[in-house]
Amino acid sequence: MALTFFVDPSRCIGCRACVHACAECDSHRGISMVHLDFVDREASTQTVPMVCMHCEDPACARVCPADAIKRTPDGVVHSALPARCIGCSNCVLACPFGVPKYLPRYDQMMKCDRCYDRTSVGLRPMCATVCPSGALFYGEPSEMAARREIPTQLFQIGKQMVKTNVRLMVSPTTTTLTLDVADFLAEVHHAG
Amino acid sequence: MPAERWRQDFPIDWQEDDYVTRRQFAGFLTLISGGLFLGTALLGIRDWWRRTFIPPARVLRVASVGEVPVGSAKLFAYPNADDRCLLIRTAPETFVAYNQACTHLACPVTYRRGARELYCPCHEGYFALDDGRPLSGPPKRPLPRVLLSVRGDGVWATGVIES
Repeated sequence: MALTFFVDPSRCIGCRACVHACAECDSHRGISMVHLDFVDREASTQTVPMVCMHCEDPACARVCPADAIKRTPDGVVHSALPARCIGCSNCVLACPFGVPKYLPRYDQMMKCDRCYDRTSVGLRPMCATVCPSGALFYGEPSEMAARREIPTQLFQIGKQMVKTNVRLMVSPTTTTLTLDVADFLAEVHHAG
Repeated sequence: MPAERWRQDFPIDWQEDDYVTRRQFAGFLTLISGGLFLGTALLGIRDWWRRTFIPPARVLRVASVGEVPVGSAKLFAYPNADDRCLLIRTAPETFVAYNQACTHLACPVTYRRGARELYCPCHEGYFALDDGRPLSGPPKRPLPRVLLSVRGDGVWATGVIES
């Protein structure tokens, strides 16, 4: 089977190695495409690395009014084409995983393209090569079989089912991760 | 996912995307206009080369006076074999001759017996018989005029005046 990207948030130790490795890339030097999110900074040290999940029906590309976000046959959803991107941030709002970044300095959207310059020639993405705890893993799916968590590609986001190319490691009893924006809003209000 | 018409117009997959960006289009325009400029420049250089280094026209006997009755025409080639020209006798003592290629798109112009103009049938172009100037239709430049000289009973071409 082809090399696959797995994200296992339970293994993340928040070391930021992925963030800095990403910024080393020559195609976007100094700007990291990896998001390292704190789940609840006050109460927990838990962090979650977020790379592009490369959806099978990418919402970012669907909402792009400038037709700037394209997907290659290997399933990689690319960063906005600079000649077309108008910096409207539609994709930033549409992505259920919060992956695209709007950079005011360039008036462009930039996002993780799974290190296309590397993975297209058989190398591993920068973040996966440096992750010390295996939270970001790129390789044979058989290597992940030994882990307690199981990979999922299905996310129920509101009323919409999203299937991704990148696998998220979840609890063995979970098949589909159900997320609702309303739940997170309530949490924010509670915390505030 | 249903394939609506607008989804086909704005495909997500890189292969199906054939939209041309403004930059690509501008680059294409620049290439085309550069090619046109280069081609025109080469043609101009070729013409200048010919005018400067090709020896002047030779003198050629094209007809005898009795061969062309008043109001009729004769075809001849001058100064080269592929330059077709019309010799027309407009009056007993008057001959005129023009290159037959219309100055619009080089269709051969024709002369109808007794007419006062030359006619190009391709795009309805008319030229004055007396001096070759364009009268109507698309041509904007006069026909190249062949200089004539009548010596004895011979009509001789002595040169060409380009418009």
